[in-house]
Amino acid sequence: MARLYTNNLNIGYSERLIVKSLSVEIPDKKITTIIGSNGCGKSTLLKAMTRIISHQSGTVVLDGKDISKENTKILAKKMAILPQTPESASGLTVSELVSYGRFPYQTGFGRLTKKDHEVIDWALSVTGTTEFRSRPVDALSGGQRQRVWIAMALAQETEIIFLDEPTTYLDMSHQLEVLELLQKLNLNEKRTIVMVLHDLNQAARFADYIIALKDGEIVKAGACEKVITPNILRQVFNIDALIGQDPRTRKPMCITYNLIKGETKNEENINTISTGMCVNY
Amino acid sequence: MIKHTPHSIPFTYKLIVSILIFISMFIAALVLGAADITVQDVWLALTSNASGKNISIIKEIRLPREIAAIFVGAALGVSGAIMQGMTRNPLADPGLLGLTAGANAALAIVIAFIPSISYFGITIACFIGAAVGSLMVFGIGSLRKGGFSPFRIVLAGSAITAFLIAVSEGIGIYFKISKDVSMWTAGGIIGTSWRQLQIVMPFISLGILIALLSSRQLTILSLSDEVATGLGQKTNHIKLLLFIVIILLAGASVALVGNMAFIGLVVPHVVRAIVGTDYRFIIPMSAVFGGTFMLFADTLARTINAPYETPLVAVVAMLGLPFFLLIMHKGGKQFS
Repeated sequence: MARLYTNNLNIGYSERLIVKSLSVEIPDKKITTIIGSNGCGKSTLLKAMTRIISHQSGTVVLDGKDISKENTKILAKKMAILPQTPESASGLTVSELVSYGRFPYQTGFGRLTKKDHEVIDWALSVTGTTEFRSRPVDALSGGQRQRVWIAMALAQETEIIFLDEPTTYLDMSHQLEVLELLQKLNLNEKRTIVMVLHDLNQAARFADYIIALKDGEIVKAGACEKVITPNILRQVFNIDALIGQDPRTRKPMCITYNLIKGETKNEENINTISTGMCVNY
Repeated sequence: MIKHTPHSIPFTYKLIVSILIFISMFIAALVLGAADITVQDVWLALTSNASGKNISIIKEIRLPREIAAIFVGAALGVSGAIMQGMTRNPLADPGLLGLTAGANAALAIVIAFIPSISYFGITIACFIGAAVGSLMVFGIGSLRKGGFSPFRIVLAGSAITAFLIAVSEGIGIYFKISKDVSMWTAGGIIGTSWRQLQIVMPFISLGILIALLSSRQLTILSLSDEVATGLGQKTNHIKLLLFIVIILLAGASVALVGNMAFIGLVVPHVVRAIVGTDYRFIIPMSAVFGGTFMLFADTLARTINAPYETPLVAVVAMLGLPFFLLIMHKGGKQFS
């Protein structure tokens, strides 16, 4: 059994549940990605698993304990969260922000110990942000800033890291930069990574395990090949997808897709002919 | 730009320098004024039991008054800093979020219904008023689903403040106590007595002490609720604690001087420009700077048109407005 799993999790209000009796296991030391259309409850699920929002019924269990009953500081040493587009008070320097990752380990006024400094230095160097350490966070580019926030999460020294759409608002190369960093952390440091992603191909390429949600329920959870299929994508996103294999990574990839219209509204399916497309980068 | 300066000089030096400025301002405030007083008189008044006209002026009039200025300045500076950090709103201050207006309304109510109430009773009434006022603001601000947004809080704050001011003025007119109420709320420290200080000082000291002890928590909370939760903070506990601190500080200030706009808003912004965004530094610095600022404003109020006094609120507003415009100009950079 995995360290982290949910059991019959209901999130929301009784008249409108956002996530419905959801039971899922998060594989240890793997990258798990949650996919689904807007409003399907991906972020809600992530927030409930990290105790940021409370759930209505059911349990989230980490290491055999219900997280709603566990000491929040102990949890902060086991899992770190990178919220969607975190704001930061400007004027805060990179090393200051990263040092806040040590918060769960501190008492009193929070003077940083030698160990704290070592961990901060390590987090900065792994994320390639050492050179910005004395710069204000808001003076950095979007990709750099995202790496700094990841460094803060790393400074928490947790085995599990949650990220809510870590690639939003980043251009393609910065998206890859962030995802490759996460992959490296997973491979080299054996961190369990759980994230919400919008891009199917990125999900397929970087995740070991994919959870596909629709209206707060799991349509399919499993390895990429099991989830990135025309049938599942039709159910989850209401698209007619053409699935191929990434010639470089051997992972499934969605080459092109069309909205399925005819089924509900008697519309004609117009299959537009595209003139050129980038399928991989 | 000055972006690097907040971090280049160690905080301890900055604090020492500000405390030195504070002490000089304190002595200046005692020496300067309508009556001719020398530094030697001040020294004698502070250190010995010597008597004399000037020494009496210092001991009975100026000293309590300036101590009141220090405590109110520190209290408002610290409460403003806490509110700005907690709500992540650059415009948050006790005046805007209904605390001051609530305390004023409570003041009017007790003066109208319990005219014989003791000063201690008035202080407690101010605490209750501040609590009720701010709870109304936070309550209305978070009525809609999705909790309170900084924007909605400001709207609710202005509405509730206007309402509570109307309440206190209505009571003042109806019970014919407008003069008594406005004497309280006009924002003056004229005639502050040692007895009043004895009642209010412990509350303010306690509030500032708790604020200092929880300053690290406030820094984490000021990032965002989600980040704070993720880092293992019990955000609701901390918010409740800080909320009580704000009520203590703002309520006690109203009990002592009535309305005093701008201090809570301006002080933390100036302090942030000097020490950065860490509340472990902002809170103590806000206390010192708030005290110094009030001493300066009061000394100015007593001297620019001596022997007549210029209303302290007017001086504070005059000094505060340029700062306020500067914040607007910089676009509340710390929060954008």
